[in-house]
Amino acid sequence: MSLLRETALVAGKDLRIEARSRVALYQILPFGGVVILLFAFALDPDRGILPRVAPGLFWVAVLLAALLAVSRSFAVEAGNGARDGLRLSGLDGSSIFLGKAAAVALELLALEIVLGVAVALLYDVEVHAPVLVALTVVTATVGVATTGTLYGVLAAGLRVRETLVPVLLLPVVAPVMLGATRASEAAVEGVPSEGWPWVALLALVAALYTGMGMLAFGPLLEET
Amino acid sequence: MSDRLLHPRVATGLGFASLAALVVLAILALDVAPPDAVQGDAQRLMYVHVPTAWLAYLAFGVTALASALYLWPRTRSAVWDRLAGASAELGVLFTGLTLILGSLWGRPVWGIWWAWDARLVSTAVLFFLYVGYLALRRIPGAGREKRCAIAALIAVVDVPIVHFSVEWWRTLHQQGTVFNQELSAEIHGTMAVTLWWSVLTFTLLYVYLLDRRYRLASLEAGREERELATAIAERLAEADPEPVEAGATR
Amino acid sequence: MSLAVRLRSAVCLLGRYPALAGADLDVREGEIVLLSGANGAGKTTLLRAVAGLVPLYSGTGEVLGHDLVRDRRGARRRLALVGHETFCYDDLTVGENLRFASRAAGRPADAGDAAIERVGLTRQNGVTHGRLSAGQRRRLALAVALARQPDLLLLDEPHAGLDAAGRAVVDAVISAAPSEGRTVVLASHELDRARALAGREVVLSAGRTVAGVVEPELARA
Repeated sequence: MSLLRETALVAGKDLRIEARSRVALYQILPFGGVVILLFAFALDPDRGILPRVAPGLFWVAVLLAALLAVSRSFAVEAGNGARDGLRLSGLDGSSIFLGKAAAVALELLALEIVLGVAVALLYDVEVHAPVLVALTVVTATVGVATTGTLYGVLAAGLRVRETLVPVLLLPVVAPVMLGATRASEAAVEGVPSEGWPWVALLALVAALYTGMGMLAFGPLLEET
Repeated sequence: MSDRLLHPRVATGLGFASLAALVVLAILALDVAPPDAVQGDAQRLMYVHVPTAWLAYLAFGVTALASALYLWPRTRSAVWDRLAGASAELGVLFTGLTLILGSLWGRPVWGIWWAWDARLVSTAVLFFLYVGYLALRRIPGAGREKRCAIAALIAVVDVPIVHFSVEWWRTLHQQGTVFNQELSAEIHGTMAVTLWWSVLTFTLLYVYLLDRRYRLASLEAGREERELATAIAERLAEADPEPVEAGATR
Repeated sequence: MSLAVRLRSAVCLLGRYPALAGADLDVREGEIVLLSGANGAGKTTLLRAVAGLVPLYSGTGEVLGHDLVRDRRGARRRLALVGHETFCYDDLTVGENLRFASRAAGRPADAGDAAIERVGLTRQNGVTHGRLSAGQRRRLALAVALARQPDLLLLDEPHAGLDAAGRAVVDAVISAAPSEGRTVVLASHELDRARALAGREVVLSAGRTVAGVVEPELARA
């Protein structure tokens, strides 16, 4: 079976499980919402800082939600020997990686749309340059999803995986955080030209970690 | 020979050489080199801060290279895994030192404990990359070496990206700090000599400590292998009427 | 006739414990071989090693033409393991799980439907995995294996936890295997039943195979 078909099979499996269990909808999305709310408690809306820091806060909330999404992606494989099942399935490691990362990315994209609207409304932010925003969101999400899936499988069989993945993942996605925030700020401030270089960086990271994931996922799955 | 990196005599010699070099460095840095025109004596911290920063990245490079050699089937060997771990421990030490020294330097000169300077921020991210790697190393289990090796390579790919993106970010919001001066300003004469001497000294120290840490790791691994051989022998003896000698293989 | 499985002096570790401490095994294509032995003798580990899930610490092995040392993933598409777990997803239905298993193995999607019928779970097709009883899960585990249409079927105590009807299903599948071009290796404590099905028995003791080929009538109880 081709890489694309196998990827679609795995992604479809994960998305169908999400549609059935609704974990992202009822747990991860509200989590993101509460984080956005808590930032307002921490930063006092009356002082007028919120619109200026909104892009950064949005991406921090997304990153934290991504930790949960990745954790969930592998929690699904923890029961009934499902990881053994994946190994025995004969599916190529790259396909499983792309499929799981794609499912996580799609869930995150849906989450970002909702949270983005929430931030725009709650923090009183106007967004110009929608194309810049769209591309920023897509490249940043792919970067986070692929890196997260890679670390997710690395930690999958370990008892300490819930605390390990964040400490491994967050430093590595720091550049994504940086690029996404700067590009979003450029979109909010109406100077898209400053944002495009950052999008290029995000695309580079996304491509790089997609490649690495395709190489490393299979061997890592065998070891966990 | 895989239980140590250097011949014992070489290692001992290196240890003494490092010590001597440190003494010389102390003299050079604290006495011979002149104080900075602007920053005064505080600038002498450069003679420790620069080498520790250099070693922070060198140690990571060694960890990454050793990890790659471990993963490559033709060169796979526990030697590389041990080297990667040893270098990472030294690396986190030097990275931490770089951050502390950077903080100590900023305080008397600029009155702040921390500057969001590109180099310091990149070093801080490097610190957390190290910490994560070391946390991973502590987790036992099958496939540990492979897991750690892959993690090191994922992280090392990230290092230049972090460096570049942070550099770019901080130059857009220009802030002159103490650290921009150390390499952009012209350093000549005794200051230059001292700086090079400091880099050499610390590199010698790094190699010496690396060898020692590696030897420790080898001893630990040797003990584990002996325990494994005993376990296998005991298992075989369960079925055999005569006991099998520990360490014997079928 | 070629060998489906060939192990020589296989040693496999679980952590640091040598679960297999020198196993030899020859299985010809189309054979049904029984692995017997006390608990902890290494039967499960041997089956998992043949499936390529556990690497060989030492020794050699070949499964369906793939070297176990160099290419332990190679034979996976053509074999199936029925272990203690079902390898399924709790939130998906029986039908969905089987469809995933068959398509992942490169088989047509309706292979799953055929498998459900064979194990007698047709009425549970739309039930989510999480709601199945233990016995139903055992049948499902077998169905997952059959949906993959394997050339080599590895069964780890397939009768355990099944009622009489379930055991009959398992027996039927095993008996039919040679005519379907399938090789079977099964590990079992139900020696009477298994010996009636198997052509040959291999005894495992403390991680090692004991004296190779033993005809069922002569095997010690």
